[in-house]
Amino acid sequence: MSEMDSLYREVILDHYKNPRGHGVIEGADVEAEGMNPLCGDEVSIFVSFDGDKIEDVKFRGRGCAISQAATSMLMEMVKGRTAQEVAALDRDELLDEVGIPLTPIRLKCALLGLGVLKLALHKGKGTSLPDEWAGLAEDLELK
Amino acid sequence: VAVTAERKLDARKMRADFPIFEQQIHGKPLAYLDSAASSQKPRQVLDAMTDFYETSYANIHRGVYDLGERATEAYEGAREKARAFINAETTREIVFTRNVTSALNLVAYAWGLDNLGPGDLVLVTEMEHHSNFVPWQFIARRTGAELAAIPVDAESGELVVDDLDRIAERARLKVLAVTYVSNSLGTVNPLERLAAWAHDRDALLVVDAAQAAPHRAVDVQGLGCDFLGFTGHKMCGPTGVGVLWGRRELLEQMSPFELGGHMIRKVTLEETTWNELPHKFEAGTAPIAEAVGLGAAIDYVNEIGPDTIERHERELLVYALPRLAEVPGLRLFGPPADRRAGIVSFELEGVHPHDVAQILDWEGVAVRAGHHCNQPLMGRLGVPATTRASFYVYTVPEEIDRLVEGLHKVRKTFA
Repeated sequence: MSEMDSLYREVILDHYKNPRGHGVIEGADVEAEGMNPLCGDEVSIFVSFDGDKIEDVKFRGRGCAISQAATSMLMEMVKGRTAQEVAALDRDELLDEVGIPLTPIRLKCALLGLGVLKLALHKGKGTSLPDEWAGLAEDLELK
Repeated sequence: VAVTAERKLDARKMRADFPIFEQQIHGKPLAYLDSAASSQKPRQVLDAMTDFYETSYANIHRGVYDLGERATEAYEGAREKARAFINAETTREIVFTRNVTSALNLVAYAWGLDNLGPGDLVLVTEMEHHSNFVPWQFIARRTGAELAAIPVDAESGELVVDDLDRIAERARLKVLAVTYVSNSLGTVNPLERLAAWAHDRDALLVVDAAQAAPHRAVDVQGLGCDFLGFTGHKMCGPTGVGVLWGRRELLEQMSPFELGGHMIRKVTLEETTWNELPHKFEAGTAPIAEAVGLGAAIDYVNEIGPDTIERHERELLVYALPRLAEVPGLRLFGPPADRRAGIVSFELEGVHPHDVAQILDWEGVAVRAGHHCNQPLMGRLGVPATTRASFYVYTVPEEIDRLVEGLHKVRKTFA
């Protein structure tokens, strides 16, 4: 398998073309957005809670295949889990799911959605933003 | 019958001068289509710098010893080459800077802070690189001046100049800052016309020639501009050295920008006076070997001939534009070949430019993906980013073929 085939493996292209949890939650409990100024990737995430549990989560955005596919995968990973659990989610859990070798530049694409989601949980449930996200928040212009 | 033989550039032969092409990228020959970001360096420039370091290097403008004098001669010799290259009247008008960004910051700060205020208008264009936009936006805000931008027609990729008089009614026009050649679209702007228009209003014309100087003859007196910046690393020279040219009387009147060593005449505890031009604007140890490298790059470009380079890139454009247009789902930006330099930006339907560039990289084709430091222009074009291919003296048509083949592969991957 060539490098290219592994980066744009079928599952990535599938999530990119048919994103899961794509859309807007009307009347969401919280929403957050972020962009990667380097390549203009944009992601907005909407969350509604049932107690501490993430009852529903959706995203919309535009950008490269890696950023959009990784966010799509993330939607499937976190639905039904608690805000605290997801706030503490190790980024490797997502990267394992993405499952492709990423250069530092593309790593930012892959982690954009996770950053935005953690920001939404921080806004909605006051969960802490781990230290590693503080620097990333600057890089990715989360708001 | 008089026959004028137009010199033709043999890009294949040129490539032998550039050691970078001796390698393979992902097992394929390097097709370097990102010269608008930075050009590759010929052996002649690399050798000139190495030779200078090995035989003539010392700090300049102070050595009583032989080596210092030789180094100063080499540095000042490069200044003379830069003067001739843009047809400036005198080397007093040639200020070495770090790049075009620092040249334009120098003008925005040193001229702008003392000459702009409420009621004044700073006019830029929507196609400016951030380096000729952000400093003006910042200095306009600092001084209370108003900032406006000449719009770009999204279809043609050219400035909309019919409306200039109306734009200038907003306030007292003091400066027009415009790029000679768009770094995203390749558009060549009508500078003579803009210069005449600005001067009719007693305003200054500041020109960003970063994408012009490497690719066509630049004549500051012919253009009728007041300031112009160009940089070495986009024209076969090293990074770290650029040139600001300014009309002498303006440079004389201006306060210095950076302060410190070399730019002074006399320093006392109470007061400091400034060195003469151009040294007033060259604080600290200069990029000495880099300037020598720039001099060698100017020799290299002159040897080929700026007009020959311009024709070569136009031929590549005439070949590339229709070939690219044949790729399904590809939207080309910018004007036709006769009104642009060797830069092509495009969008491929359904595929982000980063993904395009990544897949092309595996084919050995290096292109740029992003906003190209042109966010206002991207807004006008209605895209977050584009993919950009840009040409230079070493670009051959086969590389355009490989670009097009690569794009078909991108489409297949994302089909």
